Amino acid sequence: MGTPSSLPVAAATAAPTRDRAGGAGWRHVAAAVGAFVLLTGLGAVAPKWLTFLMTMAAGNGLVSLGIVCLMRGGVVPFGQGMVFAIGGYAAALFYNRLGFTDAIGLALAGGVAAVLIAAPFAPLLSRYRGIFFAMLTLALSMVTYGLLMKLDTFGGSDGFNLGRPTLLGMKLPDDKVGFILFLVTAGFAVVMAALARIYFDSTRGLVTLAARENELRVEYLGGSVRQAMAINFVLAAFCGGLGGALVVMALGHIEPNFSFWTTSGEFVFVAILAGWHSVVAVFVASTVLEVVRSFSSSYFPNTWQLALGIFLLLVIRFLPKGIGSLWHRERK
Amino acid sequence: MSAPLLEARGLNKRFGAVVAAADLQVDLAAGERVSLIGSNGAGKTTLVNMITGYLKPDSGHILLEGRDITRLAPRAITRLGVARSFQIPQLCGDLTVLDNMLVANACHDAGLSFWKPARRAETVDRAEALLERFRLQDQRHRRGAELAGGMRKLLDIAMALCAEPRILLLDEPTSGVAAEEKFPMMDTVMRGLADDGAMTVLFVEHDMDIVERYASRVIAFYAGRIIADGAPGVALASEDVRRYVTGELLVE
Repeated sequence: MGTPSSLPVAAATAAPTRDRAGGAGWRHVAAAVGAFVLLTGLGAVAPKWLTFLMTMAAGNGLVSLGIVCLMRGGVVPFGQGMVFAIGGYAAALFYNRLGFTDAIGLALAGGVAAVLIAAPFAPLLSRYRGIFFAMLTLALSMVTYGLLMKLDTFGGSDGFNLGRPTLLGMKLPDDKVGFILFLVTAGFAVVMAALARIYFDSTRGLVTLAARENELRVEYLGGSVRQAMAINFVLAAFCGGLGGALVVMALGHIEPNFSFWTTSGEFVFVAILAGWHSVVAVFVASTVLEVVRSFSSSYFPNTWQLALGIFLLLVIRFLPKGIGSLWHRERK
Repeated sequence: MSAPLLEARGLNKRFGAVVAAADLQVDLAAGERVSLIGSNGAGKTTLVNMITGYLKPDSGHILLEGRDITRLAPRAITRLGVARSFQIPQLCGDLTVLDNMLVANACHDAGLSFWKPARRAETVDRAEALLERFRLQDQRHRRGAELAGGMRKLLDIAMALCAEPRILLLDEPTSGVAAEEKFPMMDTVMRGLADDGAMTVLFVEHDMDIVERYASRVIAFYAGRIIADGAPGVALASEDVRRYVTGELLVE
């Protein structure tokens, strides 16, 4: 059932008025499977540089998906580089120190490590909004950056390398390693995107959206805004850690810059570019960023941030609710 | 006589030199329709705010069925069955009317879910039935911010009802509503509440015609004190009310 034509974009979040048979969840699963099949086909025929670019886009997109999760509650973190780095370092340390090499296991270890380190801060951060929330997350990421720079255990300012991971006990062949890592990353991306969509459409997801609008009302209806914010922070940490681990496996290297504020800024850029209406838009926006970065670096060396800035200006001017609002406009 | 549903015992509240509540003693029984009257600053909304946990009294206790709720957070009090609407309706302006109701339903759910869709058939049906009772069914796909003032008030009250409260507090439900629309609006509100006969309704009101028609009991305030408490005919006729609330004796 569609929404009436008079609805503005925000109201169109209620795209299906009701889900009689609880079928929406299965539709999301089916869409995820379809997307994965499509990406597999694309990865199989794409040149290696494009496969790598899509791997990076999917990995980084996961971090931005976490930011979108928080944005739906009305807060924007400027320090997701912290969980991105924690995920990456956890995967690299598991590989180098423990000899654990499975790509799926390393990715999950990255997500879990980020949750374990971020969760204790969730109750504190859930009390803050706006610029205070943004600055606190930024502070945490910069403290992490400082520690990573100074501690030899983490390789200091040079970081350290990570060898080629395995997959379910199998060694990855030279000519297929990029494609297989792309499949693993894309697999996690579609699963997390589907789970995020199910969460956004759930009772908790709707209460998060309401908290963005009117915290007082949510509290007087019996909902806990702080709990919602804390949960979203932890979920965003998992997404960030997962993305960090996947990106590190694709790059084969990790360094403290993963936690630097400019890295966090790029994730926020993607989240703003995507908007908070659509999970697909997050990965589209992440791909756009990677393409702009890649081509700008080739054709306008050292000025790619200029291209990025102009691009963001155009998006804010013409698509203030992000790329995702295009989908919703069509649906209307 | 059965035990009161809600008891306020010796409530005191000051804002600097202003006394907003002075040793208030109030008992509310199930099913009562109680109107709080008084001039601005008399302490009506302060009492509502203390009952719902927005303000904590300087001293005194509030008991709900014998349980002390004085220091509980608003959401905990709501979950125990005390809901409220606001003088300025508190809606989620960018969400649709239906989504506002679904938010209220979701908050009332025993456990919020990560995967249970908010727009399930049973919750949508329940929300639409309540919207029907408040004559908002035709507005369900409009954004909260687009509604006219009276409709916003009605939606605010309908959202409070999603909590299935035993006590409903309405803070000036007709304020900001055109004079000729006040009675139709209160009719709609009372009709909307009719199915919940056991529910206690406490409403703050300045219009004495509304008070006389819809209240079964009136509590009048002046300078943080209760100056009259009884049936509308008795309370509104008292000398203190005529002097300090309605101003009739000043005119004479």
